[in-house]
Amino acid sequence: MRIRRVLVLIAGAIVVAVAAIVGWMVFQPGPYAFAKGSPVDLAAYKGRPPTGVPPELAHADAATRGEYLIRMADCEACHTAKGGSRFAGGRPFVLPFGTIYTPNLTPDPDTGIGKWSDAQFLNAVHKGIAPDGSHYYPAFPYASYTMLTDADVLAIKAYLFSLKPVHQANRPNTFGFPVNQRWLMAIWARLFNPDHRFRPVEGQSEAWNRGAYLVEAAGHCGECHTPRNLLQALDQRRKFAGGVAEGWNAYNISTDRNDGIGDWPPDDLAVYLAAGHAKGRGVASGPMGEAVALSLAHLTKSDIAAIVTYLRSVPAMASGLPKAAGPAPATPKLANIDNPVGKRLFEGNCVGCHAWTGAGAAADHARLTGLRSVNDPSAANVVQIILNGRGKPGTPKPYMPSFARSYSDAEIAAVANYITARFGSTPSKVTPADVAAFRKEN
Amino acid sequence: MDLKINGANHQVDVPDDMPLLWVIRDVLGMTGTKFGCGIAQCGACTVHVDGIAIRSCQLPVGTVGGRAITTIEGIGDTSAGAKIQKAWIELEVIQCGYCQPGQIMSAAALLAANPQPDDDAIDAAMAGNLCRCGTYVRIREGIKHAARA
Amino acid sequence: MPPAPEAATGLPRRAVLYGGAALTAGLLIGIELPWGAARADEAVPAGKRFNAFIHIAPDDRVTFTLPAVEMGQGVYTSQAQCIAEELDVALDAVIAAHAPPDQANYGSPVFVVQATGGSTTTMAWSGPLRKAGATARAMLVAAAAARWRVDAGSLTTESGVIAHGPSGRSIRYGEVADAASRLSPPTEIKLKEPAQFRLIGKPMHRIDTPDKAAGKTVYGIDRMLPGMKFATLMASPVLGGKVGSVDQSKALAVPGVAQVVVLDDLVAVVAGNTWTAMQGLNALAIEWAPGTNAGLDQAQLWTNLEKASLGPGVVAKRQGDAPAKLRDGDVFEESYELPYLAHAPMEMTNCTVHVHDGGCEVWTGTQVPGFAQTGAAKALGIAPEKVTINNHMIGGGFGRRLEVDGVIKAVRIAAHVDGPVKVTWSREEDIRQQLYRPLYHERLKARVENGRIIAWHHRVTGGSVMAHWLPPAFKDGIDSDAVDGATEVPYAVGDRLVEYIRHESAVPVAFWRGVGPNGSIFAMECFLDLIASKTGVDPLAFRRGMLDGTPRALGVLNLAADKAGWGTAAPPSPFGTRRGRGIALMNAFGSFLAAVADVAVSDAGDVRVTRLVIAADVGKVVNPDILEAQIQGGAVFGLSAVLFGKISFAGGQVEQGNFNDYRILRIDEMPAIEVHVVPSTADFGGIGEPGTVVTQPAIANAVFAATGVQLTRMPIDRALIAKGA
Repeated sequence: MRIRRVLVLIAGAIVVAVAAIVGWMVFQPGPYAFAKGSPVDLAAYKGRPPTGVPPELAHADAATRGEYLIRMADCEACHTAKGGSRFAGGRPFVLPFGTIYTPNLTPDPDTGIGKWSDAQFLNAVHKGIAPDGSHYYPAFPYASYTMLTDADVLAIKAYLFSLKPVHQANRPNTFGFPVNQRWLMAIWARLFNPDHRFRPVEGQSEAWNRGAYLVEAAGHCGECHTPRNLLQALDQRRKFAGGVAEGWNAYNISTDRNDGIGDWPPDDLAVYLAAGHAKGRGVASGPMGEAVALSLAHLTKSDIAAIVTYLRSVPAMASGLPKAAGPAPATPKLANIDNPVGKRLFEGNCVGCHAWTGAGAAADHARLTGLRSVNDPSAANVVQIILNGRGKPGTPKPYMPSFARSYSDAEIAAVANYITARFGSTPSKVTPADVAAFRKEN
Repeated sequence: MDLKINGANHQVDVPDDMPLLWVIRDVLGMTGTKFGCGIAQCGACTVHVDGIAIRSCQLPVGTVGGRAITTIEGIGDTSAGAKIQKAWIELEVIQCGYCQPGQIMSAAALLAANPQPDDDAIDAAMAGNLCRCGTYVRIREGIKHAARA
Repeated sequence: MPPAPEAATGLPRRAVLYGGAALTAGLLIGIELPWGAARADEAVPAGKRFNAFIHIAPDDRVTFTLPAVEMGQGVYTSQAQCIAEELDVALDAVIAAHAPPDQANYGSPVFVVQATGGSTTTMAWSGPLRKAGATARAMLVAAAAARWRVDAGSLTTESGVIAHGPSGRSIRYGEVADAASRLSPPTEIKLKEPAQFRLIGKPMHRIDTPDKAAGKTVYGIDRMLPGMKFATLMASPVLGGKVGSVDQSKALAVPGVAQVVVLDDLVAVVAGNTWTAMQGLNALAIEWAPGTNAGLDQAQLWTNLEKASLGPGVVAKRQGDAPAKLRDGDVFEESYELPYLAHAPMEMTNCTVHVHDGGCEVWTGTQVPGFAQTGAAKALGIAPEKVTINNHMIGGGFGRRLEVDGVIKAVRIAAHVDGPVKVTWSREEDIRQQLYRPLYHERLKARVENGRIIAWHHRVTGGSVMAHWLPPAFKDGIDSDAVDGATEVPYAVGDRLVEYIRHESAVPVAFWRGVGPNGSIFAMECFLDLIASKTGVDPLAFRRGMLDGTPRALGVLNLAADKAGWGTAAPPSPFGTRRGRGIALMNAFGSFLAAVADVAVSDAGDVRVTRLVIAADVGKVVNPDILEAQIQGGAVFGLSAVLFGKISFAGGQVEQGNFNDYRILRIDEMPAIEVHVVPSTADFGGIGEPGTVVTQPAIANAVFAATGVQLTRMPIDRALIAKGA
């Protein structure tokens, strides 16, 4: 009897605990609940509408406005395969439970969205529900896009329908059980998609509200920069404290002065977002490089300023990153770093641009010292950029070649560890197995 | 803009983001500095800017300003450069010679900064300079020979 | 290239190519017509031309027009040494110039066509050039003798001066050049005895070094012309694809871009400088029509090659009945596979062209000026005489400049450009759009009895370079280059069968430093180590036992083993705990080389070569210092190949593009290299390629010794030799 009662109690406690944990995950603050003031419906908002295109483009033609909006939402990066046609999908995303391929957004009637009605498109973007009623995986950031206005979503659709149809069948994902059970996603959506449009905050500036719309609804920055909980939802209590995107660390962009962007002057932030590089701040690479190239670089000055205004209002959130090391000595500290393979590769392949001091030999964008990535003890982004490189050779824009093809896992691990040891605050301990795992991330 | 190359002033009308390499070669016609890869992986384009060896294919000309540029055509006027060139001739370091302006510029910068470089220092200074003819054995000997001169 | 000359007979290779017909006719024409109409590529001062090779000006300036092209291998100097030796002029007083296209005067005695390659320059030209020098000297001496009315035999020559000892008179060459050039060349020419040599066999300084050290040498890529424009190009990324459509407006919007040239297979942008042309090309959105090769991928290329290797072969050599003996007994079998390789010379492909007035002028560096001329003429549909080729120093050839695809593309572009245009390829374009060292499959089978090989079967499968480069030399279905190193072996291996199977893919192929022996000798040397390992004998002892008949081979093998300390352990290295020592021997290009390599292999499978000892018997030597440099350099070329070298295809495109993914050995990855030369009076052998050939199997065998794993596909696959793999 007694045992049974204890068991019931324990079971009950477990149920309560699970419910509490799930509840904790589900009942979260909204993405900009931190802001003082009262959110109101768009229609009730008295300021300049924060949605749509910026004032500079208010009188532009529909095509220009549609293109601007699709840039704001950065659809192209995910819906274009490497070397493939724009918006024709097929780009793989390697997730822990399988690979997902983005679908074709061109107006091809058979393989694209050519037959979709406006209602179907809105349903997809706002609710994550396909025309056949199935639910998308939250890799598609509809929980953010749900804040976009109907008008903006339909302008994006109009733009997509103006494109040349590309006949390219969608590739099925490779998820295994239980993740392959799409009906589970309906539950996820019920729990984590608020399914309501953007609500401006009275009491915040127009720029702030525009910034909030750009960052939270269209730009979906949190999808990478906010950590996720066990149920793969964004943990808004740790908003912008840093996440992971395709194996790259998407660093803390809260206003924490050490871990985040709290010590970045607004101008640095604006330049970085618009150009992908600010002096001493490194170069946006990997997924952020794409976000700059395909989205942010196309935004107007006023919109970039709005984003900066909004980002600088987000509360500081520490994430335990070490303080960045200062400048490195001009001569190699060979005696202190027992890493002959790393040294060998650095002197042969890296010094030409980055210089022995790590200060950048020819251009500031090649500076290593002071960078978050170099001071990240995981060295994830150091390994990623060595593997993937960035940009295109023979242009004035920052370029770094990929060394994946002809350098071994051991060599890449060694040079990453050498770089963090010489220029960072905490030497990394990347192993060849780590590099092998990174190689599999796209 | 104005450039100071090998002690002489040159006026050029080029975009700021054009790499110094192409200004030197195509605009000014000083062809001793070579194009080898365009991505700072081979060192054939090495020049000195205020005495520091730099890959000119990655150096936007607009960032040079009033700093002194030295190319292979002028390196013989420096003590270290003259020693390296002499050693290169005496030891017959050169084969096809295409990478050698870059090798000589890197070696001269090394010797100027470190008059008695050991093997580690030679590796560190010269590993960014590729030689497809494989003159590495003599490059190493050449630097040591120049250091003794 | 074709097999090396038979050292015993001194028969030039041409005899091999053309069955001994017309031995050196093309060459003798050049010498017997001393006032022949040979044109030089640079303005020659007023004065007298003594033959196709020598010109002496009244101010004593001596100009040599050299048939073999300088691309780093030192032939400017070694050829000049040969002429200057017999002519008695000081080497540093000589001006050297490259020969223009002129097959009659400068056609190689080896290839017939005018070509520099295959490590043949010295064996082909040292005799003719010495004879040219001696002939000119005799004519100068005869003129002086006539002027002074003395016996020619009483005159001596030194450093361009003729002296008459008894009377104390002397006269400079320039002063009698005019009179001498009017004399008939002597019919009997006596060359110097080796004991009289002042230059040949001596480590003379190279004549091209001072300019190169000063950055003054003008390579093709450095040629500047008044009014010249600059272009860069891009061909279809998919092999053999065509241009679909191009919107030129984006390139033309780049300030400084003058013109976009769209041809069926490539797009070029012409601008005021190369950088601007590159920006224009980057701005272009080109849609390509990929064509039939879009599905080409490397795994398929390997599979197709292997399948082909099982088909019927053409017999290249048969001695006894090897197949019968290989039916039973202790038979060993293995196949070795060699990848596509790019040459990647530091000077990327470039060519400056001016098409005007129905003719065409070309400035470039080429190993084959005649091919460049005919190629350009064909591209324009004009007569070859309408094409002038101005040859230049080459910033590394390695076979890349034995092909004239770069000249032809530039000419086709220039045909649409007003004025001269310099077409410079990007490094990426040079890596991705060239002709590659063929993919080779080498299938070997041997029977061993009492520790000796008694039957041997070697089957070479691959694309044929010879068939497109010199079609007459592709005879009876055999590419003499591909089987070079397999048909003649230094070892006694009993009954032998060597077969060749030509298997072409869509990938175009070219000669690559070391050529055919890179495959055939690599395979043979690895296979010998496999047999030695399986039969439990020492690889050196095993080889020694088969070399009774070839003392030169045994000599270099013993010397390399001795200098390397064979039998002791390879030294420790911080780069890996597993250590190994390997040996290899090669006989090709008329030379014998043996190499011993020490390697350290890390747990992850990275290979560091820590020491390389090479012994060489290359016969007589014109310049021992250049010999050493060539062997060192050749070894480095082989090191890069065996450790990293690979061109691979995916979706019809080359996957590599620059030195970040087509990896070249750097100075901090270098082993110590020792070169030991065996003094020899045998005929001149080649020196440019043997170092590359012998180094690769020596390293592979050292890795085998270190890891117990014999890799059969190059380059070294680190995953296969990682600890615990």
